[in-house]
Amino acid sequence: MADPMRIRAQSSGDKATVRVLMSHEMESGQRKDASGKTVPAWFIQEVTAKHNGKDVFSAEWGPAVSKNPFLQFAVKGAKAGDKIAVTWKDNKGDTRTDEATVS
Amino acid sequence: MNKASSLAVATALALSTMPALAQKTASQGIDEYRAMLQDGNPADLFEAKGEDLWKKARGPKNASLEKCDLGKGPGVFKGAFVELPKYFADTQRVQDLESRLVTCMETLQGFNAAEISKTAFGRGEMANVTALATYIAAESKGQRFNLSQAHPQEKTFYEVGKRLFFQRGGSHDFSCASCHGEEGKRIRLQDLPILTKNPGDGVGFAAWPAYRVSNGQMWSMQLRLNDCYRQQRFPYPGFGSDATIALSTYLGVNAKGAASVAPAIKR
Repeated sequence: MADPMRIRAQSSGDKATVRVLMSHEMESGQRKDASGKTVPAWFIQEVTAKHNGKDVFSAEWGPAVSKNPFLQFAVKGAKAGDKIAVTWKDNKGDTRTDEATVS
Repeated sequence: MNKASSLAVATALALSTMPALAQKTASQGIDEYRAMLQDGNPADLFEAKGEDLWKKARGPKNASLEKCDLGKGPGVFKGAFVELPKYFADTQRVQDLESRLVTCMETLQGFNAAEISKTAFGRGEMANVTALATYIAAESKGQRFNLSQAHPQEKTFYEVGKRLFFQRGGSHDFSCASCHGEEGKRIRLQDLPILTKNPGDGVGFAAWPAYRVSNGQMWSMQLRLNDCYRQQRFPYPGFGSDATIALSTYLGVNAKGAASVAPAIKR
C-alpha cells in the first residue's frame, strides 16, 4: 500500500489553491542497478482531482516526473469546507486516493 | 568626435553594463530555486512517516516510542532537537538525536541497536530512524539552538569535536575546516557555511535533516557528516560514533542562538 499524500487546499477569493505532495518512487526505467540490470519503470500515469465529487482536473504523467512529485493547481469556485479528493494511478496498477477539506 | 562615434561609444558602454545588471549570481539563482521548492518540500512525507512510527506499537516488545526520553523527560519531544547532543545519565554518554532514538528503539521496543547502527542509510530500520529524526526535528522548527555544556562529558565532546574539525588527513589532506573554515568557500555552486562560529539561522547544523532533491533522499545529520568524510576521502565514521557526536556537539554549541529550519530542502 502506498504512503499517503499530503494535500493542502486554501481558498482565496473565488478560487482555492490546491497543493499536493505525493509519495512515489517515480522510477524512470532508464537506470541500472548495482548488478547492471535495468530497474523497471514505475511511475504515476494518471492523476485526477475531484471537487465535492465532481471531476475538475486530470493529467497524464510519464517517467520524466520527479520522485515524490509536487503538484499545484487552482480550483475555481471552491469554498472553505469543500472537499478536494486527489487520486493517482501508477503503471503497476497501484492507486491511492486522499481527501482534504478546503480551508 | 562626431555624432556617430559618440553614439557607438554610448552603445558599447550600455552593452558592457547590461549583462552585469541582468545576470544573477549563481547563489541568487540557487536561493530562488530553493524558495520555489520550499512550498512542496517532500520532507513533509518523511515527517508524516516519522510521526506514524513514533506513535505506532512496533518491535519485539510491541511498544511505541511515546515514552522515549530525548532529554526533556519521557515523551517530551517539543524543543528536544535544539538541545541535542547532550549527556544522558542512563546510557552514561553524550548522544545526538539519532543515536538517542536508536537507544529508545532498543530499550522500549526491543530492537537490536547494534544491528540498526550497521544498516546502510535509507534501508530497513535505518530509514525509520531518519524519518523519526525528521519528525522530532520538525517539532522544534523555529526554536533556537541551546546546547548544554554543564556536564564535563559535554565539554569533552565539544573539545574533541573542535579538534576533529581541524584535523587534516586522508589522501587529499583535508579537514572539515578546509571547506567550512573561511568566508566564500563553495563546492560546485553551493556556498558553504563557516562552522567555526554561528553561521546564522537555518544554516549548517540548523538545516539538517534535509531533503535532497537531486537524489530524492532524506538526509539526517549523521548521513551529512558521513558524506562530508566521504568527500574528504576519509574512512566512513561509524553511525552514532563518538566522533560524529563530538563533531555534532561542536557544531551545535557554535550554532547557539540560531533558529532551526529543519527539515530543510537542499538542491
